[in-house]
Amino acid sequence: MFDKKYIDKLRKSSGWPSDERLNQGPVAVIECIEEIPCNPCETVCPKNSITVGNPITNLPKFHDICTGCGKCLVVCPGLAVFMIDRTYSETEASITIPYELIPLPNKGDIVIALNRMGETVCKGKVLKINSNKNYNKTNLVTISIPKKYSDEVRFFKLEK
Amino acid sequence: MEGGVKLKTELAVIGAGPAGLCAAIEAAKNGVDVTVFDENKKPGGQLFKQIHRFFGSEEHLAGTRGFEIGNMLLDDAKKYGVKVMLDNVVWGLFPDLKIGISDEEKVSIVEAQKVVVATGAIENSLSFPGWTLPNIMGAGAAQTMINVNMVLPGKRVITVGSGNVGLIVSYQLMQAGAEVVAIVEALDHVGGYMVHAAKVARMGTKILLNHTITKALGDKFVEKVEVGKIDKDFNVVKGSEQLYDVDLVCIAVGLRPLSELCWMSGMKFDYLPEMGGFIPVHDNNMKSNVPGIYIAGDVTGIEEASTAMEEGKVAGIAISQALGKIDNKKGLILLNEARERLGTLRLGPFGDFRHAAKEKIIRKYYSY
Amino acid sequence: MRIDNHPILGESKKGRELKISVDGKEVIAYEGEMIATALVASGLKVFRYTSKYKEPRGLFCAIGRCTDCVMEVNGRSNVRTCVTLVEDRMVIKTQKGLGEWKEGLN
Repeated sequence: MFDKKYIDKLRKSSGWPSDERLNQGPVAVIECIEEIPCNPCETVCPKNSITVGNPITNLPKFHDICTGCGKCLVVCPGLAVFMIDRTYSETEASITIPYELIPLPNKGDIVIALNRMGETVCKGKVLKINSNKNYNKTNLVTISIPKKYSDEVRFFKLEK
Repeated sequence: MEGGVKLKTELAVIGAGPAGLCAAIEAAKNGVDVTVFDENKKPGGQLFKQIHRFFGSEEHLAGTRGFEIGNMLLDDAKKYGVKVMLDNVVWGLFPDLKIGISDEEKVSIVEAQKVVVATGAIENSLSFPGWTLPNIMGAGAAQTMINVNMVLPGKRVITVGSGNVGLIVSYQLMQAGAEVVAIVEALDHVGGYMVHAAKVARMGTKILLNHTITKALGDKFVEKVEVGKIDKDFNVVKGSEQLYDVDLVCIAVGLRPLSELCWMSGMKFDYLPEMGGFIPVHDNNMKSNVPGIYIAGDVTGIEEASTAMEEGKVAGIAISQALGKIDNKKGLILLNEARERLGTLRLGPFGDFRHAAKEKIIRKYYSY
Repeated sequence: MRIDNHPILGESKKGRELKISVDGKEVIAYEGEMIATALVASGLKVFRYTSKYKEPRGLFCAIGRCTDCVMEVNGRSNVRTCVTLVEDRMVIKTQKGLGEWKEGLN
């Protein structure tokens, strides 16, 4: 279901940033390719980097003005927005995932990074946990992973 | 009817869920004297178990969690002086608009000038060998237990049905600490939103398309289920059956309206399987064929909380107008705004069939 | 099983602790919750047995509409446990069939 063909569709969709922008630093990646009446991502973006317009079933269009603030990750009712930083280090990328489970991981924890089908991809390290009260229980957890997996990893589980 | 205490109110709303509360609030805003009756001990219908963020746009409170919207409605109801009578069963709704209610102690008759029936819906069941075993329950039932009552009925779950209810409840079961091993879907595609499916898939839940549950096994309660692949004629493919160890099965195969009071009052119906079955018909203002009685929310066809709220608002505004509390011009403006918000929620591939169904319902209303 | 802490709902707020008996066994309940909540928390799955084939039944709809969860409560049969509040020292029994109607019951 959420296989390589699906990832290709996502890469070509209007919610995906350009490669240029992806290589510049942390940026939101919207994985929303179904027409649902929904536009809080457009409403919440402080830089107007996301357009949905009218009718609100339009797929979100991502403009590369994104400053990586993370507000769209928090507000998306589908938990379908992630933040990718391909520039985290020479060998690693970081990915920020909206996370609504407990227990939250701790900074520095090693986690098992999963793809969209829940399959193990690699190990990751927890860099940051953002549980701002304004996020209304949608925590933002940032993990580092080998750069080549930055389009694949979309979740993690704690090591037992 | 002889005897019984008489209670008078301008507008009686039956059901304190999102549709009923919105109808009550809109009417009360315009000066209507409103009383809401609900058989439950707490108001809000199914709204308070929706712990996820709602879709839509700002005007639909998108991004807000369902139970937060519920609290907003209760605050508004209080603010505008809506009387909410909980623990009151409405056992009768008559064509002359009399309403029979009862609480633990007495039976009473309510006299109202206008009525809104907003009694919502109930989950369907699915028959398969073993389906009556304890801990095979509606997905909504599991949702009530985890999100309202904070108890987990099982730790290893299979969900039947991949519509939004099945997908969302599976996610919420995992938030509550359970493991949802699989979601079994008879059709060849996910019924609900892909983003909801994506959430559970990345958490490890297998979505088994073209599969069905063939039997449930257990002595006193469910311990295993057998799931098999089905062909295009919905026959089980021999040899494809697999056994899963589970202690909870959630059935998410759709809802149907709780429309007994509608039947009783003499409303006209149409049969629309895509909206849940037998549907009481209504006009553009949510008015039924029975003079003075309006309907709103899932009882008029299964949709979602957001549409229930907007339909409730349409009914509340129309009633305010009918009672002369607002002039026709203001009424029309408010009605058009509410209908537009409603229309927006019925856009796109998930809304088109509901939009078409509602047009059919309105046409049927005028045919009687 | 009780959910003491939830990622969205936070810590569960419980009322005063009560003690109820279920088929003679003591079960902890909290004021303000439904009987079925305390039963599910204690791990109970079978609420009653059917009349004819004596098959076990449990919660199905949990909103007071299907009557699969009825039990004998304080001597009274056919009480919908999912929509009935617990009371201290309530006596709850697995219902067999349609239960018994006892004269003089309140």
